[in-house]
Amino acid sequence: MAATQVIRSEWTKIRSVASTVWTLSLSVVVTIALGMLISALSKNEFDNMSRRDQLSFDPTFVSFAGMTLGQLAMIVFGVLVVSNEYSTGMIRTSLAAVPRRGTFLFSKIAVATGLALVVGMATSFVTFFLGQAMLGEHKAAIGDPGVLRAVIGGGLYMTLIAMFSMGVAAMLRSPMLSLGILMPFFFLISNILGNVPATEKIGRYLPDQAGSKIMQVVAPIDDDTPYGPWGGLGIMALWVIAALAGGYVTLKKRDA
Amino acid sequence: MIEAVGLTKRYGDKTAVYNLSFQVRPGAVTGFLGPNGSGKSTTMRMILGLDNPTAGQVTIGGYPYRRLPNAPRQVGALLDAKAVHGGRAARNHLLSLAQLSGIPARRVDEVLGVVGLQDVARRRSKGFSLGMGQRLGIAAALLGDPQVLLFDEPVNGLDPEGILWVRNLMKSLAAEGRTVFVSSHLMSEMALTADHLIVIGRGQLLADMSVKDFIAANSAGFARVRTPDTEPQLREKLSSALTEAGGHVLPEQDGALRVTGLPLPRISDLAHDCDVRLWELSPHQASLEEAYMRMTQGAVDYRSTVDQKAGLMQQLPPGAQPPMPVPGQGQPGWYAPPPPEQGGQPFAAPQGQQPGPQGAYGASAAPGAGMPNPYAQTAPQAPQAAPAPAAPAQPAPPAPQSPAQPAQPPAAPATPAAPTKPEDAR
Repeated sequence: MAATQVIRSEWTKIRSVASTVWTLSLSVVVTIALGMLISALSKNEFDNMSRRDQLSFDPTFVSFAGMTLGQLAMIVFGVLVVSNEYSTGMIRTSLAAVPRRGTFLFSKIAVATGLALVVGMATSFVTFFLGQAMLGEHKAAIGDPGVLRAVIGGGLYMTLIAMFSMGVAAMLRSPMLSLGILMPFFFLISNILGNVPATEKIGRYLPDQAGSKIMQVVAPIDDDTPYGPWGGLGIMALWVIAALAGGYVTLKKRDA
Repeated sequence: MIEAVGLTKRYGDKTAVYNLSFQVRPGAVTGFLGPNGSGKSTTMRMILGLDNPTAGQVTIGGYPYRRLPNAPRQVGALLDAKAVHGGRAARNHLLSLAQLSGIPARRVDEVLGVVGLQDVARRRSKGFSLGMGQRLGIAAALLGDPQVLLFDEPVNGLDPEGILWVRNLMKSLAAEGRTVFVSSHLMSEMALTADHLIVIGRGQLLADMSVKDFIAANSAGFARVRTPDTEPQLREKLSSALTEAGGHVLPEQDGALRVTGLPLPRISDLAHDCDVRLWELSPHQASLEEAYMRMTQGAVDYRSTVDQKAGLMQQLPPGAQPPMPVPGQGQPGWYAPPPPEQGGQPFAAPQGQQPGPQGAYGASAAPGAGMPNPYAQTAPQAPQAAPAPAAPAQPAPPAPQSPAQPAQPPAAPATPAAPTKPEDAR
């Protein structure tokens, strides 16, 4: 069976349910709106900041502040795309039609990833430009060194987050279980681990901590992170590959 | 053609299907019967490659499903009517399935028309009734115009018009030379639809034979005799005369007699000899349901008990009679009697034949050898088709060895089990 057929079918599936539109637009709106709000607040607060903070002020990274919440909607999107099949029982119909399970899973992930990439890139660019507009005189330009990399990286970051969620959902199958693990992990645990000095060194190898490095243009003073922006994204990509491999093995081995 | 060889599936220490071997041939509707939890759906899932068998294998047209080239064009299946994303419109659901196998979109509109859902094609399937869901599932099965079709409980939730439609659809699909494999627990429906039956209980094969043979092998017909209501003594008279002649007589609720072991002309003669007028003398062929109930009695996993309503019962007012139990299945003697060849039933021995030296089994040769039995026309073939222990070359070899062997006629009718209504009421 040609993969193109499966991809066409998955595209029909993904565009014909409301959850796709809702989760993706929520992700866009939250990321942009929160990014603008924090940019505007930062502009007003800039004069009250310490000298040290002013020196390491990163206008690009500030405009992406909304992503910490916006990524949660992206996680929901990734989880629902995969686990909807299980929660509705559609998986049996799908696998009866596509006996080659690898083709099925990776076509599904490819379609959802493509969609997430388009949405993530658009969000990233819009967030950047609107955020910079809010920052007024403190803004960065897209032509500044490292800025374009950070903006493209923002889109890639959102895409990888969605892919990681798809892999986890393929392993766990249940949407409730997947969201119950991913949401607190990215919203709380990762932040706590990354900010408590004792666990900081482990925390920065977590997918979101490592991946978000790509959106930094001005590194914080006394930054001792052992990897650069692309290195961080690479670490995140390794997490994604591990999750997808786990999902593939689960689907291959287990009864549907 | 679907072929299972030694199919076994274990979930942990629970064996869902054990050593199942059967063939589903093209050109016929094959019914797949069994009590709840007997492994029907597991078998269906293994046929479709969704579950991996623990042992054995099942092939379609010689290939295991996962290696079948362009499977959706060869096999169509309805497994679970509710297995659709409720938020997706019916047409999009079918379109996504059609695109998988390169089926053009106009075929989607065709099958929507075939199942009668064209008016709700763009509505979300969340709002569909069970019957509409079944139609959608059948549409999905028909999409690829496949040669092999599997339906798991296709008539659940359908209205009478829909049931008739499904019945005719199955038959016409089979008449076109396709392989049609249908599971159901609606016996009356199966009797009308299926040509061939595969019956399993507790995951093991109980029978693999034509519907006609199955009924003949598992339940004999009987004659209903009614004497004038006005003269009860005639009934007693005839009853004793029939018993004397070797018949087995069971009184029915409404005063009629249920007679087995005697052909109709013989009953008429006996009545004439003892001067008893008859108001009714009618042949009754056992139904598939009765035959099925008899066969699967020992293999039912989920059996209802009588609702005692302990502590909930109101005190009856003084003098009131407790309600009589409604006569029905599950009560002793309700099912049609066992076939004549099984177990040497006293009422099964036809007149003039002693069951002694030939053993229980041999007695059944009588209807074929002696007088024809007008109300059990299939009885002469029964010895060949019956899963009797004495004949090893049977169509259903595993059944006699199985511990869950249900064909124990002497005990079966006396089991005071509560109604074992199958899940068709679900």
